Amino acid sequence: MEKTKELQQVEEQFQTFQILDEEGKVVNEEAMPELSDDELKELMTRMVYTRIWDQRAISLNRQGRLGFYAPVAGQEASMIGSQYALEKQDWILPGYRDIPQIHYHGVPLDQAFLWSRGHFKGGQMPEGVRVMMPQIIIGAQITQTAGVAMGLKKNKEDAVAITYTGDGGASQGDFYEGMNFAGAFNSPAIFVVQNNRFAISVPVEQQSAAKTIAQKAVAAGIHGVQVDGMDLLAVYAVTKEARQRGLDGNGPTLIETLTYRYGPHTMAGDDPTRYRTSEEDDEWEKKDPLVRFRKFLEDKNLWSEEDEDKVVEQAKEDIKAAIKKADSVPKQKVTDLIEIMGEELPVNLQEQMEEYKEKESK
Amino acid sequence: MAQMTMIQAITDAMRNELKNDEKVLVFGEDVGLNGGVFRATEGLQKEFGEERVFDTPLAESGIGGLSAGLSVTGFRSVMEIQFFGFVFETFDAIAAQMARMRYRSGGTYHAPVTIRSPFGGGVKTPELHADSLEGLMAQSPGIKVVIPSTPYDAKGLLISAIRDNDPVVFLEHMKLYRSFREEVPEEEYTLPLGKADVKREGSDITIVTYGAMVHTSLKAADELEKDGISAEVIDLRTVSPIDIDTIIESVEKTNRAIVVQEAQKQAGVAASVVAEINDRAILSLEAPVLRVTAPDTVFPFATAEDIWLPSSKDVVSRAKEVINF
Repeated sequence: MEKTKELQQVEEQFQTFQILDEEGKVVNEEAMPELSDDELKELMTRMVYTRIWDQRAISLNRQGRLGFYAPVAGQEASMIGSQYALEKQDWILPGYRDIPQIHYHGVPLDQAFLWSRGHFKGGQMPEGVRVMMPQIIIGAQITQTAGVAMGLKKNKEDAVAITYTGDGGASQGDFYEGMNFAGAFNSPAIFVVQNNRFAISVPVEQQSAAKTIAQKAVAAGIHGVQVDGMDLLAVYAVTKEARQRGLDGNGPTLIETLTYRYGPHTMAGDDPTRYRTSEEDDEWEKKDPLVRFRKFLEDKNLWSEEDEDKVVEQAKEDIKAAIKKADSVPKQKVTDLIEIMGEELPVNLQEQMEEYKEKESK
Repeated sequence: MAQMTMIQAITDAMRNELKNDEKVLVFGEDVGLNGGVFRATEGLQKEFGEERVFDTPLAESGIGGLSAGLSVTGFRSVMEIQFFGFVFETFDAIAAQMARMRYRSGGTYHAPVTIRSPFGGGVKTPELHADSLEGLMAQSPGIKVVIPSTPYDAKGLLISAIRDNDPVVFLEHMKLYRSFREEVPEEEYTLPLGKADVKREGSDITIVTYGAMVHTSLKAADELEKDGISAEVIDLRTVSPIDIDTIIESVEKTNRAIVVQEAQKQAGVAASVVAEINDRAILSLEAPVLRVTAPDTVFPFATAEDIWLPSSKDVVSRAKEVINF
């Protein structure tokens, strides 16, 4: 397709925002967010922790002890960086891969495991933790985010709603509808598209003629930014700015994070070698978010091997304890499900409740 | 008491709830300044302001998602789908999202959303405006589906729907909007969801129906009476869940029944009613329970709809089939 000069000019406005390069060097000093040494260390801790958690989750899944799991390795900066820019009162509407963000927003590990297992208690967010259940239908969370953001604004709360989807999600009608609604109502919403290059197997180039996903914000009349999704500081900075923009009444923001998932789409039989080359994998591993942030911290004498080992041990211990806790929760019953179908049970469900009580007592 | 059309009763119910609960919001396409394409929201934006009653961009899925999202921030949405044939665009938001809000959150979140929408044949609309799609909704767990047949019922049921803490699809038959007036109290009142109403008592046969077919069936009952057949007409009012007790009580008295619906025959509400009767009262029956329905084609817009829609004659002849079995 030959694009007109006008179209090219629009597309070229969306350059990738970066603060730390692949070597961990600051390339954009003036954009450096204000973060204390402790905060920088906390961010590294979270990325290392998430990487270990991902490895453990994959192996637990293979042992048949976890259930549904969508690997996150490679996307840590995109996930951890954006969540860290939020406040407790902000709402997160995650997709099924976005478990690290909701964990750091207050969802305990054992509950995340229960959600993976499809246990109804997995969806019971702790009191005061503003998290929606991870979404399975690609894009449904995006229109809901427009609703949550509208509600926050109507309630005059100092809070925003953020949602996550992938590059495939940006092809859904709901993606545009959600952005367009939030723009039309000037609601404090943030739409994060974690562009990890593949919607299961379909490459992003086949999703759209658009050069970037960020530029899709233009059609909705809202702010759009493309950011290096392997650069935690850059992701943090743009999310923080988007949050403030929303609170200031200046509308929603679309953030496209350029990232990569090292693992399969989910643990349910996806084989990435069918659609990706090992060259591409290697190329992206050079951009690894942990490697570059580690270098950055080491240069500042803020991170050592001991620090890293400590986090790894802690993560392993926590996961072990969380799985044990999840195992101790009684198996869910059909009668549990019947009970949560509505505030009151209609006649048919009342009858079926009796039927299943009987069946389950045997 | 005032004489109201069904559309006036519907507006009155929304006004009542907008007054009653500041968390109630009314929105959809053209519902603001324009007052809705059928004037169901006439005057509401002026009375309650643009923060409470407002137009949305033209996107049904967006409207559904908006309602689901507003739920977790404490709002009670009354969203309008301009014509129910457009529900396919927002089926996910209703059946996969709002209807599962309790289940997916392990019972901690809920979606108090009322989905109002006009539907129904006999008014010569364009394609995909008149279709009876309540069966699709009724098969989706977690949603109630309400279809009033009179102004009085519409007001009481809509107030109940808005106050319900789970999603309610509230379908308004276009032919009934302005076809007649009746006394409707100006003060608030509620009618229970999931409760049928015996619109006419009789002893020889039970006619179970809902929506505009209530009036078709009442007309048929008048005809049957001329032939000495006493028909009882039950208006389901809520098609999900179905008020089984009222139906069974009637069938045990009349020993005969037919079910009348405007929707196509396959699957659907009438089939469900027949199955319930068979499950619970088969030994009371003197004859099989038959159905009067539309044929299993798409809704034919405009020209063929008069033949396509079940008529009172169809109801009379089916009732006689059962009586003479």
